[in-house]
Amino acid sequence: MRWPRRRHSVLPGFGLTLGFAVVYLSLVALIPMAALFLRSRGLGWGGFWETVTTPRVLAACRLSFGAALIAATINAVFGFVVAWTLTRYRFFGRRLVDALIDLPFALPTAVSGIALTTIYAPTGWLGRALEPLGIKAVFSPLGVVIALTFIGLPFVVRTLQPALEDLEVEVEEAAASLGARRRQTFRRVILPAVAPALLTGFALAFARALGEYGSVVFISGNLPGKTEIAPLLIVTQLEQYDYEGATAIAVLLLVVSFVMLLVINALQRWSGGRHARGA
Amino acid sequence: MSITVENISKSYGAFRALKGVSLEVPDARITALLGPSGSGKTTLLRIIAGLEAPDEGSGPIRFHQEDVAGRRVQERRVGFVFQHYALFKHMTVFENVAFGLRVRPKHERPERAVIDRKVHDLLQLVQLDGMAHRYPSQLSGGQRQRVALARALAVEPRVLLLDEPFGALDARVRKQLRVWLRRLHDEIAITSLFVTHDQDEALEVADRVVVMNEGRIEQAGSPEEVFHDPATEFVMNFLGHVNVFDGRIEDGKVTFASVQVEHPDAAHLHAGPTRVFIRPHELSLHLLPRSDSLPARVTGIHAAGPAVRLTLATEAGLVFSADVSQDVYRSLKVAVGGRFWVQPRDLRVFPGIADQTRD
Repeated sequence: MRWPRRRHSVLPGFGLTLGFAVVYLSLVALIPMAALFLRSRGLGWGGFWETVTTPRVLAACRLSFGAALIAATINAVFGFVVAWTLTRYRFFGRRLVDALIDLPFALPTAVSGIALTTIYAPTGWLGRALEPLGIKAVFSPLGVVIALTFIGLPFVVRTLQPALEDLEVEVEEAAASLGARRRQTFRRVILPAVAPALLTGFALAFARALGEYGSVVFISGNLPGKTEIAPLLIVTQLEQYDYEGATAIAVLLLVVSFVMLLVINALQRWSGGRHARGA
Repeated sequence: MSITVENISKSYGAFRALKGVSLEVPDARITALLGPSGSGKTTLLRIIAGLEAPDEGSGPIRFHQEDVAGRRVQERRVGFVFQHYALFKHMTVFENVAFGLRVRPKHERPERAVIDRKVHDLLQLVQLDGMAHRYPSQLSGGQRQRVALARALAVEPRVLLLDEPFGALDARVRKQLRVWLRRLHDEIAITSLFVTHDQDEALEVADRVVVMNEGRIEQAGSPEEVFHDPATEFVMNFLGHVNVFDGRIEDGKVTFASVQVEHPDAAHLHAGPTRVFIRPHELSLHLLPRSDSLPARVTGIHAAGPAVRLTLATEAGLVFSADVSQDVYRSLKVAVGGRFWVQPRDLRVFPGIADQTRD
């Protein structure tokens, strides 16, 4: 037999596709990341540690991770509401709203940053209302959260929509006929069913927020140690030709976010694997 | 617990799904709501469950003596089984069945051990005891529907409502499951109301059949009654195969296609055009001419079954079918092209529009 095949497939053989996938991934992702690690090695372990533990770097990382986490959490909650509204109800202008969700994807981030800064500045439409309340939305950590929330929304909505569409209304009716109140139905039936998708959306929004630069630099004001985010710090180091310092911060970001994504992935597997296969 | 509904109407925009339906479902029996799609049967079931609200001005919905029309679905204590199971996919079979007990308010919630025992008893009842830790995706359609049934029974419902419970299953499993459901009911005797569009299913499973059409009840009665003594043309047509001939009523006699027969039904009906209904098994084949028979030629034979279904055509082009036993089929040596005299042993005529308005 020349072609001993177990299964017929439209794509040419496993060997070829795997080879392609590995080469492609290496070129696009793995090799650049490896270069990053190699570059930062020039500092040595001590130098690396010294660079990433300066107060300015620590403050920037704290802000980046903290703001990204808060923004992703906000998006998980309100993105859920938006996705729910869009999948469950048919109303006038639904398609328009649905299309608007993608706007943060499509808009150049610098444009979003300028737009957000304009309306949240003390003289802007929203900033004017917030100012008397003592809330400073621009040039503050809050501004960073606002910008990151804006760009993260589509990730949550778009990953949740298919999951919510799969959820039959009958399942809710079944829960109600068994005596479950609305809150119980939500917590015990709906939430567990869409949890894997919600976690994926959260992880994507978080990852995107962590790397976001364009929309944040305008609204944050970039005060070192206060409103300076880690990606901006990297750019600053690069501009000062401090390549080792820049790559050191990059490596720290990379490692921490990789660990966080691993954790989220494990959570997802745990919540999703329960009804997929094998108990 | 009996169910009584009075004058229930439901409209969706301009479409009137139910037009003032009143119905009584007897205690501890299985009742079937039978009708074509769009007849309002599922709407009626959902209104009884509380999943849908009837129009303003509808009458009461009583479980035994208590009017539950103002109660929400959570408070009606009904067991509802859906056509597509509606199981909780992220829960095991055990958790699915236990759901109704676990969501009870704290002071009513049974202890863990009680829930455990109850769920296992129910799983035994639906013959799924070994499957407690599987997920719905690991079960067959028939098994899933039995889980759904156990889940509905766990809350000790006052009535059991089933919406096309076998509709999503393949023919063989469907037959097994309806025999099984009948036996299960004989064991637990809970007032059950199930919706179906399959007449065999209704006639086989139910103690009582309610035939619905276009938002109204056409007839309610035992399976024998609705099958052998249909009240309207619709019921006659819907339950089983039937030949329909255009005919006339004159002097208490029924005339159609060159045949004239006396019929008790015709005696008290107005003279005029009518439709004559004859079931295939009510026709006999003869070799020799008779006064009450019509000549016809065999154009088709379907012999693979307990009876032989013949398709016949008259000279005038009237096509109809007749069922004969395998014995008769062989002794008459029936073949395509063969000529016979076909005698109706029984037939039915229904009051025309004129008669109905007069009453």
